[in-house]
Amino acid sequence: MSKTGDRDTAYARRKLINYLMIGVTALSATLAVVALAAVLGYVALNGFSALNTDFFLHLPTPVGVAGGGIANAIVGSFIVVGLATLFALPIGLGAGIYLSEFGDNRFGDLVRYLADVLSGVPSIVMGIFAYTLIVARQRHFSAPSAGFALGVMMLPAITRTTEEMLCLVPDSLREGALALGLPRWRTTVSVVVPTAARGVLTGVVLAIARVAGETAPLLFTTFGNPFWNVDINQPIATLPHTLFTYAISPYDDWRAKAWGTALVLAALVLVTSLLARRFGRPRGVA
Amino acid sequence: MTLSPRAITRRAWDLPRNLGDVIFRGWAWLMAATILALIALLVYELYAGSRLGLARYGFRFLLDQTWDPVFEEFGALPAIYGTVVSSLLALAVAGPLGLLSSIFLAELAPRWLEAPLSLLIELLASIPSVVYGLWGLFVLAPILRQPVGSSFRNTLGFLSLFSCIPLGIGMLAAVIILAIMILPYITAVARDGLRAVPNDQREAMLALGATRWETIWRVVVPYARSGIIGGLMLGLGRAVGETMAVTMVIGNRPEISACLFNPAYTLASLIANEFTEATYDLYVSVLIELGLVLFGVTLLLNALARLLVSRVGGGLEERQA
Repeated sequence: MSKTGDRDTAYARRKLINYLMIGVTALSATLAVVALAAVLGYVALNGFSALNTDFFLHLPTPVGVAGGGIANAIVGSFIVVGLATLFALPIGLGAGIYLSEFGDNRFGDLVRYLADVLSGVPSIVMGIFAYTLIVARQRHFSAPSAGFALGVMMLPAITRTTEEMLCLVPDSLREGALALGLPRWRTTVSVVVPTAARGVLTGVVLAIARVAGETAPLLFTTFGNPFWNVDINQPIATLPHTLFTYAISPYDDWRAKAWGTALVLAALVLVTSLLARRFGRPRGVA
Repeated sequence: MTLSPRAITRRAWDLPRNLGDVIFRGWAWLMAATILALIALLVYELYAGSRLGLARYGFRFLLDQTWDPVFEEFGALPAIYGTVVSSLLALAVAGPLGLLSSIFLAELAPRWLEAPLSLLIELLASIPSVVYGLWGLFVLAPILRQPVGSSFRNTLGFLSLFSCIPLGIGMLAAVIILAIMILPYITAVARDGLRAVPNDQREAMLALGATRWETIWRVVVPYARSGIIGGLMLGLGRAVGETMAVTMVIGNRPEISACLFNPAYTLASLIANEFTEATYDLYVSVLIELGLVLFGVTLLLNALARLLVSRVGGGLEERQA
């Protein structure tokens, strides 16, 4: 065999590997999308047949009794997530403002690092935290304890997006405001924050959507409740927890309702985060 | 314009001119310090809650095999084994897939395809874990029991990996669910790492006559390796801490078995299942101690991941410098 022949086959081999591997990467990406389609497809398919107006407006019925819905869980989820937002928003915004405007020091670095640490804490550990700190001391399950757990989980996301969005505001705006004689706090409150408001809002909504589906922290805090309850100091039903209870039950009609609940929950979470991305920045932070 | 004398000569009892700044900065500092305080409180609560278990068993029980709370026997080894095996196997599945997908997204996909694909993969990350669990329980597990499980057992049953009766729920189901769940995280972080590779690296390699794949595999990927490894660590951290989906599909049996079809247990699912059923203080305390262990492990993994990802640069660290 001649040398050029060798070179030709070697080149052909390299080209073949090239196309082969490009194909493999495309296949992997397709597989990831197929996984998403499989999960969402089943949820939409099985969930849709469980949906009707009663499902949204009525309370759960006992096993075997037809009808019934998850009205209490929908309201409960809004209460718990609302409490979480009330808790996390001021702290997250304040911490984000600190990091961006005054945080160019060691304390700022420490807080940044700890926010990262906090975002890696498993949700079940957050549940234990809220349980020992609040539930065990008050000796009853409640919505605020769950709101606390979810709020702590939202904190890192809100803090870091606030910081990142405020950092994107050009320094010339700050300098302009200061040159006009505004004190620093007015510069931040009236110039920097409003300029970044849209991005911050997107981040906050994404954080809310993320924790709205969390179940593990609710197990030992809201505990779940098959009845109507808006008293935040009682056990309360939530969408993820109701879904979990229905899913692991041995009853067919409850399992059907689990799919319906899953559809409602997934739709709420996905639509919220899609809208936030659409109306916020073109590219969201993961 | 003339300045009033009052503006120049300030007296000691005057309020500082920048009072608003002092208050505002103090408030922001306080909020930042709250994060610090919350972490400290978290660690303290976990420690205080597990004091009873620590005093009685220390960390020895982590290596004991029997988990029988009725007789106060708390051997956490099966749960630790389950956590380690399920997350490592999930990483073994999702790691290569995620890396290849990220290569496709960052290097190869045409722009019109890249944006919607990225969005879809990020959507995978925002589906609640309990929804994955539901899917795993009612769609994945039946498939694993009948066609997949039995055919594996019939053909490869001589291997201890496939020798047991496939129940559907079990270690394998947990591995697959975890792999699907951590795939988007790995893909997103690795993609960002690949994107941060300067273009002249690619151009130089292409100019030397390398094919596209050779450019990617020999230059771009090695250049981005700390970001990629960081993404893998982050995914592993997620898998270790994941609770609901795993609890729903792993079968929750505290036994160590080589067979992939057998039910198993993880630290997180053990806590989720038994915490509300723990009837005496020592039991609760041991469960909290397991939470402390879980916290420690994920802390370590995340710290490593952050260290590697931040080396990629382009993030906040660079802007601050």
